[in-house]
Amino acid sequence: MWSWLKSPASETQVTHLQRLWLYVFAIVVMVLLVTPTLIVIPMSFSDSQYLEFPPQEWSLRWYRHYLSSPEWMEATWTSVKVAFLTMLVATPIGVVAAYGLHASRFGLVQLAFVTLITPMMVPVVLVAIGAFYAYVKLKILYTITGLVMAHTILALPLVLIVTGSALKGYDMNQELAARSLGAPRWKAFLTVTLPQIRFAVVTSALLSFLTSFDEVVIAMFVSGGDNPTLTRNMFNALRDQIDPTIAAISTIMIVVTTLAMILAQVFGRGGAGK
Amino acid sequence: MSATNLNAAGLRRDEAAERLALFGLASPALLLVLVVMVIPVGWLFYVSFIGADGNFSLENYVRMIDEKSYFRIFVTTFEVSLLTTGLCILIGYPLAYFMSCLPVRIANLCLITVLLPFWTSLLVRTYAWLVLLQKKGLVNSWAISLGLWDEPIKMVHNMTGTLIGMVHIMLPFLILPVYGAMRSIDRDYLKAASNLGASPTRAFWTVFVPLTTPGLFAGALMVFVLCLGFYVTPAVLGGGRVILVSMKIVSNIELFVNWGAASALGVVLLGITVLILWAASRFLRLEQIAGGGH
Repeated sequence: MWSWLKSPASETQVTHLQRLWLYVFAIVVMVLLVTPTLIVIPMSFSDSQYLEFPPQEWSLRWYRHYLSSPEWMEATWTSVKVAFLTMLVATPIGVVAAYGLHASRFGLVQLAFVTLITPMMVPVVLVAIGAFYAYVKLKILYTITGLVMAHTILALPLVLIVTGSALKGYDMNQELAARSLGAPRWKAFLTVTLPQIRFAVVTSALLSFLTSFDEVVIAMFVSGGDNPTLTRNMFNALRDQIDPTIAAISTIMIVVTTLAMILAQVFGRGGAGK
Repeated sequence: MSATNLNAAGLRRDEAAERLALFGLASPALLLVLVVMVIPVGWLFYVSFIGADGNFSLENYVRMIDEKSYFRIFVTTFEVSLLTTGLCILIGYPLAYFMSCLPVRIANLCLITVLLPFWTSLLVRTYAWLVLLQKKGLVNSWAISLGLWDEPIKMVHNMTGTLIGMVHIMLPFLILPVYGAMRSIDRDYLKAASNLGASPTRAFWTVFVPLTTPGLFAGALMVFVLCLGFYVTPAVLGGGRVILVSMKIVSNIELFVNWGAASALGVVLLGITVLILWAASRFLRLEQIAGGGH
């Protein structure tokens, strides 16, 4: 142990002992990054009104409360529906846009790209009140359609960046080869290019789903009436008091997103692109 | 005109047509962004110049200068954004450096601790901090049992809670690009510096740090810009005591239905964001900022 501490840790001969503070600091930060989220999990199994850690009595009370509440169930269903539809809309139009902008040497490509990624730079509150106004005029306020449209523009920048970077690492000459052998452009894209960027496409789809599922501010303005989303209801509940039901919902959300990310890793292993 | 010339003109025409067709593939996405964001934000811009009497007026902007409370909101927003960015750099840079010194396999494991919160719902993480930091929360009860302090400290529904939550949420945005930049540095430069007589400290500050600045700059910019328009976390953890521009916009609409005031605030907030990004784009490519660590 001592000899390891005395051995050089870097190219500049700093020893591990001199670096010890960095190791301790880094481990503390890594623990702090992960624990706040994970600590909610055991808390959600508490029987108490107040969130305790560690819980004195274990129970599924808050899960039962969540699952038996029609309000929470409907909101969950709305969120899942909207997120799924957002994924179905944002992924194809985003991938097609990324491909078009990548392949085209048209003069306005740069401008189009910047326009498409602005929704991630513009403060989301502004997008939300703008959409609210537009939806009143278009008569789609509080509809699933409106929410999916707004969530799609938030997801597009991610699709464009992820798919775009995969296309940058892809040799377009392969498509030229397919076309010189007689394949029409769309067929060359579907059979040659798409399989090679599939991991990026799957990642894009997943990110679109999560973006929509997790979105609060736009949902606050343009969802409501019969269709409030889960996050909208959670946010409203958080502003009032600390309801342990939210710990149960949070736990479910953590488990679901972690599973989704693991699946994406497994599915994409060996895939080209990102 | 000869046949070859005709052919060349035809090919050029075909190529131009193809460029346009490929560009057209982006039109559904562009149309959607136009309808949902560009046009409505344009309208907000227009509304911000309409006074209470329905005529053109600058009153919505004048109010921001005249009323102290509005000015304070902007100051708070900048304060929170700067502090969050600064803390993220102070915490994130050493961590990224630590990870960049590890073998890739182990570093990837450490990277999971950065990515896990990244995937987890923003609302869930905010909620977690609310639970941990409240008066009867875990942090207070542990600190008291360890003898760190005697009375429960108020750590949430104020500036402290807001900053803790925001730094936790923004850290991955800083760590990922900085880590990426550090990984791509050829460590032989440091050996060369030592060989030429630089002390480890000097080699670090004069060789290593300058090479990481593009990544650091991109990460810090992303954090700062996201903080400027952040709503959810400060609204929950600030408990109404830390009021940022985004929160004032929401309350102007929800409580006072004052579209003019809300729009003007939005326009100024957007203007500041655009100005910062524009200034930054003179040093960095925009995709690089947006791309973060991906």
